[in-house]
Amino acid sequence: MAEPVVQLRGVRKAFNVGTGIETEVLHGIDLALNRGDFCAVMGPSGSGKSTLLNIIGLLDRPTSGSLVLAGQETTTLGDQELTRLRGHHIGFVFQYHHLITAFTALENVMMPMLGAKGFADAAMRERAEGLLDSVGLMPWKNNLASNMSGGQQQRVALARALAMNPALLLADEPTGNLDSKSADAVFALLRRFNREQGTTVLLVTHNAEMARLCDKTIQVVDGRIQT
Amino acid sequence: MAQSWVPFEWIVAIRFLREGRLQTWFILTGVAIGVGVIVFMSALLAGLQSNFIARVLSAQAHIQLLPPREVTRPLRPAQDATQVVSSIIQPPLQRLKSIDQWPSVVSQIHAMPDVQVVSPVVTGSALAVRGSASRAISVTGVEPDDYFNIVKLPEKIVHGRARLTGQDMLIGLELASDLGVDVGDKLRLTNAVGVETTLTVSGVFDLGNKGANQRSTYVPLRVAQSLLGLPGGVTSIEVTVRDVYAAEVIAQRISAATGVEADSWIKTGAQFFAAVSAQTMANTAIRFFVGLSVAFGIASVLVVSVVQKSREIGILRAMGITRGQVLRVFLLQGGLMGLGGAVLGCLVGALGLVLWQKLALNADGTPLFPLVLDPQLFAVALGLATLTGLAAAYAPALRAARLNPVEAIRG
Repeated sequence: MAEPVVQLRGVRKAFNVGTGIETEVLHGIDLALNRGDFCAVMGPSGSGKSTLLNIIGLLDRPTSGSLVLAGQETTTLGDQELTRLRGHHIGFVFQYHHLITAFTALENVMMPMLGAKGFADAAMRERAEGLLDSVGLMPWKNNLASNMSGGQQQRVALARALAMNPALLLADEPTGNLDSKSADAVFALLRRFNREQGTTVLLVTHNAEMARLCDKTIQVVDGRIQT
Repeated sequence: MAQSWVPFEWIVAIRFLREGRLQTWFILTGVAIGVGVIVFMSALLAGLQSNFIARVLSAQAHIQLLPPREVTRPLRPAQDATQVVSSIIQPPLQRLKSIDQWPSVVSQIHAMPDVQVVSPVVTGSALAVRGSASRAISVTGVEPDDYFNIVKLPEKIVHGRARLTGQDMLIGLELASDLGVDVGDKLRLTNAVGVETTLTVSGVFDLGNKGANQRSTYVPLRVAQSLLGLPGGVTSIEVTVRDVYAAEVIAQRISAATGVEADSWIKTGAQFFAAVSAQTMANTAIRFFVGLSVAFGIASVLVVSVVQKSREIGILRAMGITRGQVLRVFLLQGGLMGLGGAVLGCLVGALGLVLWQKLALNADGTPLFPLVLDPQLFAVALGLATLTGLAAAYAPALRAARLNPVEAIRG
């Protein structure tokens, strides 16, 4: 079998380390996601789902354990390398869409490519337009992000997350803030990109029905994965 | 965003500035006022000072060569130099004395670079007598061709002409009215020991100072020499130089070359110079504090902006934007605020200067003093404001770059 996209071994995460109120939220997580996986993460609030997602997304560092992303051990890397790795291999979609409001929909989608390359070019623009088209928002491409509906913004965020053609897409309750119609549309897009591009998707959700539509479900309870 | 030559950091910085419209305009206005004040004040002060100096130097030479002063030394017997014969010493009298070998000194100075005009002068005091009225006057004997290039007497003549040939003399306005003489009238001059000469008033001048108008008279060099008992001698040599600020250096060079004591206007006008440098210092202090308040203004706007944008910064970091890029985005914003405000400020300052020149007029409608819009002043203002903006942005930018993306996104 091919190498996993991301592999966690014995990942622990504690906050306030070294103080009297040290709390461990993840107690030794082992997890491997392969190319094309479409996996839901479920669990009660405060169980450590978001922390797990942040660690897999290289936004946070594990207190101990190992995390291999795209064949590279990440726990020993510096901030510069982690940022580069994150930019090239991981796409994020958050619950509160989080577009950069000073930019248009198209520019938001271009942003990760622009940041990585330093300058805008025609190819970037073409790719961003293609992505916006695939989420059905070409007519709104020149709208400022702040002038779009929640569902539209989340679809822009999804297009942006795919801009660098990442191996792994991390979605933290991407539909939690949307009406059911928009939620279905966003989920359908995730599913489609997973099938068409082979993008590995890790989806945190509270929605059991949505989780059932995923290929695999992980339950996180009290900082441990229950299978 | 189609322009491909604009780097990522510039695009984001400019967008952030444009998005915070009101904030940006307020700080630009603040910076503009600060820079405008600095530009206006600096140009005003430079104009004022150069005008002062021009006025001061229109009535005096840049360098004056004087004969050595007489000094007393204690009398000691020849065989024992430690013994003093007479210990009560009176300061010696300073007789009117000529500069030794002055024609050769004059030609020596003439040959020096940077020297413009060299003019030998005899000065002393005499009595001007007409009928039963007499006035103590100061007599200056000059060679008009050279001397009028140092003190522009022809410009100050109010009656008659600035002619000094034969037995001509030029007198001040107040002296003329005190003695009741006008152009063409004759005046008798007497020195302390009774030597007399009679001269014709060829012109009446106004030096702009009543005391000077009462005392000053100008006569041909030869007339003064005979009247003051210094035939063939001169009591001082007046020199002007091309660069007035180099006067002291040139004076020292002249002293060294000729062995005659040379005083520059910088040395003799020490008080004037102290006033000028006090003004310059006050101006520098004001500039510094205005610059400081501009810096704090920019910094406080950026601190607020970092807080407002922390979620977006977090998202940018999640997208793979590095700390360095975030740092540069905020540094750029500071620099752009400084530069943009300074551009406006230079316009405001220049406008103020033009208005000042139109509104602050002499009674005759000419500007109070000429102002020079020095491009260097504007260039320095733009450069310094940009640097100030960059420096002010450093702390907020560092804060933005160090934001923990997890906390920033959670908000």
